[in-house]
Amino acid sequence: MSPATKSKNPVSPKDRMKIARQLMPEQAPEVRAQNFEEVNLGYSAELAQQEARRCLECAKPTCTDNCPVGIDVKAFVELIVAGDFLGAAAKIRENNVLPAITGRVCPQEDQCEGKCLLSKKVKPLGIGYLERFVADYEQRMGTHVVPKVAPSGKKVAIVGSGPAGLTVAGDLIQKGHRVRVFEALHEIGGVLVYGIPEFRLPKQIVREQIDYMREMGVEFETDVVVGRTVTVDELLEEEGYDAVFIGTGAGLPQFMNIPGEHLNGVYSANEFLTRINLMKAYRFPVYDEPMLDLHGKDVAVIGGGNTALDAIRSALRLGAHKAYVLYRRSEAEMPARAEEVHHARQEGIDFQMLTAPVEFLSEGSGWLTAARCVRMELGEPDASGRRRPVAMKGSEFDLPLSVAVIAIGTSANPIVQSTTPGLGTNPRGYIQAGEQTQRTTRKGVFAGGDIVTGSATVILAMGAGRRAANSIHEYLTTGEW
Amino acid sequence: MFKIVHAQFLAPGIKRFVIVAPRIARKQKPGQFVILRIYEEGERIPLTIESSDPARGTISIVVQAAGKTTHLLNTLEMGDSILDVVGPLGKPSEIRNYGTVVVVGGGVGTAMAYPTASALKRAGNRVISIVGARNKELVILENEMRMVSDALMITTDDGSYGDKGFVTDKLRQLIENGTRIDLVIAVGPIVMMKAVSEMTRGEHIHTVVSLNPIMIDGTGMCGGCRVLIDGKSEFACVDGPEFDGHKVDFPVLVQRNAMYREAEQRSMDEFRARPSGFSSEPTSRNVNEKWGTPDKPDKNVCASGEGELR
Repeated sequence: MSPATKSKNPVSPKDRMKIARQLMPEQAPEVRAQNFEEVNLGYSAELAQQEARRCLECAKPTCTDNCPVGIDVKAFVELIVAGDFLGAAAKIRENNVLPAITGRVCPQEDQCEGKCLLSKKVKPLGIGYLERFVADYEQRMGTHVVPKVAPSGKKVAIVGSGPAGLTVAGDLIQKGHRVRVFEALHEIGGVLVYGIPEFRLPKQIVREQIDYMREMGVEFETDVVVGRTVTVDELLEEEGYDAVFIGTGAGLPQFMNIPGEHLNGVYSANEFLTRINLMKAYRFPVYDEPMLDLHGKDVAVIGGGNTALDAIRSALRLGAHKAYVLYRRSEAEMPARAEEVHHARQEGIDFQMLTAPVEFLSEGSGWLTAARCVRMELGEPDASGRRRPVAMKGSEFDLPLSVAVIAIGTSANPIVQSTTPGLGTNPRGYIQAGEQTQRTTRKGVFAGGDIVTGSATVILAMGAGRRAANSIHEYLTTGEW
Repeated sequence: MFKIVHAQFLAPGIKRFVIVAPRIARKQKPGQFVILRIYEEGERIPLTIESSDPARGTISIVVQAAGKTTHLLNTLEMGDSILDVVGPLGKPSEIRNYGTVVVVGGGVGTAMAYPTASALKRAGNRVISIVGARNKELVILENEMRMVSDALMITTDDGSYGDKGFVTDKLRQLIENGTRIDLVIAVGPIVMMKAVSEMTRGEHIHTVVSLNPIMIDGTGMCGGCRVLIDGKSEFACVDGPEFDGHKVDFPVLVQRNAMYREAEQRSMDEFRARPSGFSSEPTSRNVNEKWGTPDKPDKNVCASGEGELR
């Protein structure tokens, strides 16, 4: 806010720190551990305004610095204080086409809230909760504006309908380009629908955001595996697209290559979550896709990221008796969102830190019965800058388990790369793309998100999508490569 | 939605569908498959593409009723639609002139062996085909296979057609007669592919099998279809479905394909209890047969529930 404008905030700056961070209303842990409904219930208008009033309205705000899409946090929070919730939503939409989603799944503690000046003394401003509030408010009001833009005559194919692809689509349609999104699965949304569970991101929210994009004119085509059903070259040469954006996302799940990984009961997190989220196996037999019955079973997830927590909290909701997280480092290194770790603990998830399986055991039946684990200690920092876990001698123990879910990351899916001649990849198989331009080694072909960086977050993929959209627009406008 | 323009039973419980899917028809190559989902609550199952007609924009699939989804599928008729069909998935068969190739099709696996045999013939190979089935009624695509083969042998388990016995009996005869065999391709029940691979291993005859693990997305995302090849994990959907039969760990494949047996049984039982829209004979035989010889087309075997066909 410029000094000339008078603050709408009725609370004096020195009193703002006295207001406690407004708690997010949520389902009680013992209740929500039994259902797939969303954990967080969302702020009321009163709670939102009270929280917004905590904003110090810094002259030089830093809360936007770490935002991958550059949301003007201070401006939208001021609009909430002023009671202009739709204005706040519109302000966010200038930079973020999926606010109802990022408000729920961004790691705010590493981004906007991590930079909030309040956090030096008290808890940071609940920026994620406020973003979510205005996005949901806008949806309830049903008043979002569909911008009218003069058509550019150019058309762009987007490969993959996850956060990166949707961002590119949303940005380019507003610049007047014709946009068609190709999705391999039968549902639009990528990881938002197959990966993130209902209790953290209701699919209805994703559908609403996608419906809005449809209203804006974005075309979607499901059941198209680019590289198999149609190639990038065919899109450019035969179907007349002027540019292609590749946002195919995290690919093949990684396994640990330890004995027993092929036992029945050992899942990749992608398979486990896809069965539950995309195929609705938790509603078997109303839905046809089956799932192992977890009632009364002991289940462990291996890994410490959001995917790991999504999987184990889903297992708990499917009736698991014991639900463990086995993580080879300590809590400080866990990549999961802080709120998810907090929620998981409340729900009764048993965190076994500095623990890693070395073998999956069965009693000759072909079915998992236990994981042989070792305890770890942290040694010198490794390439990631985190201290390397080292197995402690003589620490082996067997943990009885019926189901183990491996959530240790993914490697690059090769389908597009292997069917697009001249598309450069790095040694790990990810697509090479310019950091700012998202341009690949092929003219007219752009890429972004996990297929460029390896597994990361929704908002980082959206940031890449945003840069790609600007870069594609520039290319379509100037024709220069 | 993908419209069915032709539907016809080839044998009891085995039906051929011609489906409008122009993108897939244009790209399909022998050895590839599709994944389909019939209705909103349905599961995704992989099915072999028998042939395609790029000019008409259609593909043809052959379905054997085994679990709930395939039973439901086989109730569909011309004019009906399938909600989702995605493909062509998997790596195509490696087609070149090997010399003499023996193509072995077991049961409904013959529908997948056929396009590969046809392409191998066009590539200049001498193609010897062996088609096996439980009985005469279940021998499919005989004329089609004959058209693309230099020699065709048929075996039935009960001797009701062709020679009584198994496809491996014929293969052994060929080997014992000193027939030069440069490649064997076997598509069918796991037990058959395993038996063929074991027979050719000692003879050092390169043998390709087409695997049928449980699968969901078919694009390499979920890892459900992982198979052990030479002690290493590979994904049938992106690395296969064809693999060197001498390197496949068949017992692990059998074990993993049994993972949802209970749920599948429950689905089938509930489905039988509500036989609306059920046209093929609902005998308990179908399911028992399934577990005896896992069937090729219904890779994801069945599962399921009360969902009605919409």
